[in-house]
Amino acid sequence: MFGKLAFNQIPISSPIIMVAVAFEVIAALAVLSFITKKHGWGYLWREWLTSVDHKKIGVMYIIVALVMLLRGFVDAMMMRTQQAIADGSNTGFLPPHHYDQFFSEHGVIMIFFVAMPLIIGLMNIVVPLQIGTRDVAFPFLNSVSLWLVVAAALLLNISLAIGDFAKTGWVAYPPLSELTYSPDVGVDYYIWVLQLSGFSSLFTGINFFVTIVKRRAPGMGFFRMPIFTWTAFCTVMLMMIAFPILTVALALLAFDRYCGTHFFTNDLGGNAMMYVNLFWAWGHPEVYILMLPAFGVYSEVFPTFAGKPLFAYRTMVYATVCITVLSFMVWLHHFFTMGSAASVNAFFGIMTMIIAVPTGVKIFSWIFTIYGGRLRFTVPVLWSLGFIITFTIGGMTGVILAIPGNDYVLHNSLFLVAHFHNVLIGGVLFGMFAGYNYWFPKAAGFTLNEAWGKAAFWFWITGFYVAFMPLYILGFMGMTRRLAHYDNPAWQPYLILAFFGAVLISIGIFCQVAQLYISIRDRALNRDLTGDPWNARTLEWSIPSPPPFYNFARTPHVESIDAFWMEKQNPSKSSSPEYVDIELPKNTASGFIIGVLDGVLAFGLIWHIWWLAILTLIGITATVIARAFQSEVDYTIPAAKIAQLEAARTQT
Amino acid sequence: MSETAQQRHVHQEPDRDLDHPHPETVFGFWVYIMTDCMIFASLFAVFAVQRTAYAGGPNGHDLFDLKSTLLETFLLLTSSTTCGYAMVCLHQRRQNLMGLFLLLTLACGLGFVGLEVSEFLKLIAENAGPDRSAFLSAFFILVGTHGLHVTCGMLWMLVLLFDIFIRKRGLPPVIGRRLLAFSLFWHFLDIIWICLFTFVYLNGYLT
Repeated sequence: MFGKLAFNQIPISSPIIMVAVAFEVIAALAVLSFITKKHGWGYLWREWLTSVDHKKIGVMYIIVALVMLLRGFVDAMMMRTQQAIADGSNTGFLPPHHYDQFFSEHGVIMIFFVAMPLIIGLMNIVVPLQIGTRDVAFPFLNSVSLWLVVAAALLLNISLAIGDFAKTGWVAYPPLSELTYSPDVGVDYYIWVLQLSGFSSLFTGINFFVTIVKRRAPGMGFFRMPIFTWTAFCTVMLMMIAFPILTVALALLAFDRYCGTHFFTNDLGGNAMMYVNLFWAWGHPEVYILMLPAFGVYSEVFPTFAGKPLFAYRTMVYATVCITVLSFMVWLHHFFTMGSAASVNAFFGIMTMIIAVPTGVKIFSWIFTIYGGRLRFTVPVLWSLGFIITFTIGGMTGVILAIPGNDYVLHNSLFLVAHFHNVLIGGVLFGMFAGYNYWFPKAAGFTLNEAWGKAAFWFWITGFYVAFMPLYILGFMGMTRRLAHYDNPAWQPYLILAFFGAVLISIGIFCQVAQLYISIRDRALNRDLTGDPWNARTLEWSIPSPPPFYNFARTPHVESIDAFWMEKQNPSKSSSPEYVDIELPKNTASGFIIGVLDGVLAFGLIWHIWWLAILTLIGITATVIARAFQSEVDYTIPAAKIAQLEAARTQT
Repeated sequence: MSETAQQRHVHQEPDRDLDHPHPETVFGFWVYIMTDCMIFASLFAVFAVQRTAYAGGPNGHDLFDLKSTLLETFLLLTSSTTCGYAMVCLHQRRQNLMGLFLLLTLACGLGFVGLEVSEFLKLIAENAGPDRSAFLSAFFILVGTHGLHVTCGMLWMLVLLFDIFIRKRGLPPVIGRRLLAFSLFWHFLDIIWICLFTFVYLNGYLT
């Protein structure tokens, strides 16, 4: 009846897990009772859960990401604590069984439920506003994408309480991830969590690609697009090409586990390295899927706060496109030790070094943007400057790793761990924090507290260096990754230092939570009444903060890059006050329902509850068909109503 | 400032003729097909890697029945032709004839899937199922993914026919767009089948 599901799958005997579960349940109950107390369910349902408005969907993505950041960071703290103490006779407080789940979860959460929702959330909020449109091309699909990610994130958290998560690392290489060696449900959780999240990203890719190609404001040629939109454009192309490969790799692994096929098994012709190849044919472009939008954020932040146009806009665009293309030609550098011919390794090593060239071009472009400007040291600028230094170091250690010979020493060592945290934290996460501080007033209508923001930055960046520089050294000292225990007293001082770095980062995260809380509490003092708090350059700042639900009362006309800046320099007198009817999509519950059903479907598949899987599959199909049968999916706001709303706004 | 051409289109939606369907939807569907192409490309790559991984088991020459495959090919190609005629009828607004051609398409698709399922069952009965060797795993999943697409296409066709004729929605622009997207999908599956026929069946038979 319930497949493999039974009460003994709940790890009651392990106090750490149960405390974590209790904490999550209490937090969830607190949120739910708060909503009930405020009678917020109706509001939440009408205005948020069923919304197809790209701005609200973007905000929800970012909420998911911030919550999951806390979760992923708790995993990181536990690993740092464990490694700081687990030397010699001390086995630490985490048994390998749990430690292995924590490092797998940490990777999955940080990539799929922090970095991806952050970039997709920012893209949702910013891209339609930057290109002057009223919504994405397929608003309903956008809602489906969001709820798939939410379902996947919930599923991952459920794995803490019911059953196990994968103990294979976040890449789940076979044959370890095959049924023979991972017979419990951990890898199944992994597969379905990633499949849901992968489909979500694929849909987002299609949606934003069409949006950017088809919905730019009149006059906005490709070379007048704001640079963040350009990077989003390249990112969604990568998503569309790369994510199907991940879908296939995980599906084949699922077939191996569920149907006894032999794609990646040790016997009957299976080939485990094929999984590794497929995984990284997605995985390396994924690195740039995350990285490019962060580059876009920096490219918006520097010109705005330096008061200068971006240095070499076209070169920046070409560099972005170069990276997009090259990102598909380097995947083998993740496994130089596979044993391919020297010529193959040399090719991929050289391609990897070449990809540093357009990235270097970008670094210079940002520096020259600052040069000669009057830089205002706001929170987004601090994050961006921190990025330039940190990312350059991370990039250079990347070039060290690009030399195949080095990999025979450094492969799977803490040097590698330090390298990719260096580029993912110093590159992606700093960029997302810069973007979060930069566009927060646009989405919320008030600015974030500067003092707490700056404190967060300084704790984060100091903590980052204290936590990860020792790992480079440990890599050279021969410490491999994913160790729950070690017998080498020489490593311990560095690991204790790294632990203190993580403590500094946790103070930084505390400052960010405080920043958000204090900014919301004092929002009356920090209202953004102009819609343009930073004296910025692109179209999203030409409308009020937060934008009205129809975004632009009148469709803007674009005559150059930095359209809003040009408008501010030479205000055009010709704009006619005439409004026209606006057509917008109606809210729908279908996206939410599909997300919930997909989550239940995945749960049924994980636990082999076949009737549940079949029922939910039918439910999903029925919901899609019912949606197709609806004829009135849009509504029209009459021009008179727009005029009324706009007049009301300008009076207050 | 005036409205964009694109938004003007939205306002005139009800009057728009079928020859100029909603540009975003059809473009979006093309883009979706490209991503689906990536799925098949990955599966073809997997098959290419494992095409000789027989693990001591049977190979394509032992297993494939080219006559049945030829019949499948004819059924699918015929269904594409009838699907094309249905689109011609759509543009001529001959709703009933269009429905007839779609039913023919459906019948051909059904025959195709039926043949494929019986082939699969026969192979499994001969102890040449997907768990026999990596070659057979790759074969079953690659061909099966195409078959699953055809099945989904047939379900889509049924939903469209139900919407047009039973729910009497007729042929408003939104249905025209969906029919156009459906026909793109159906022809796409035909192209995939040509590759399957050539690289999997013919090539496999010759080994």
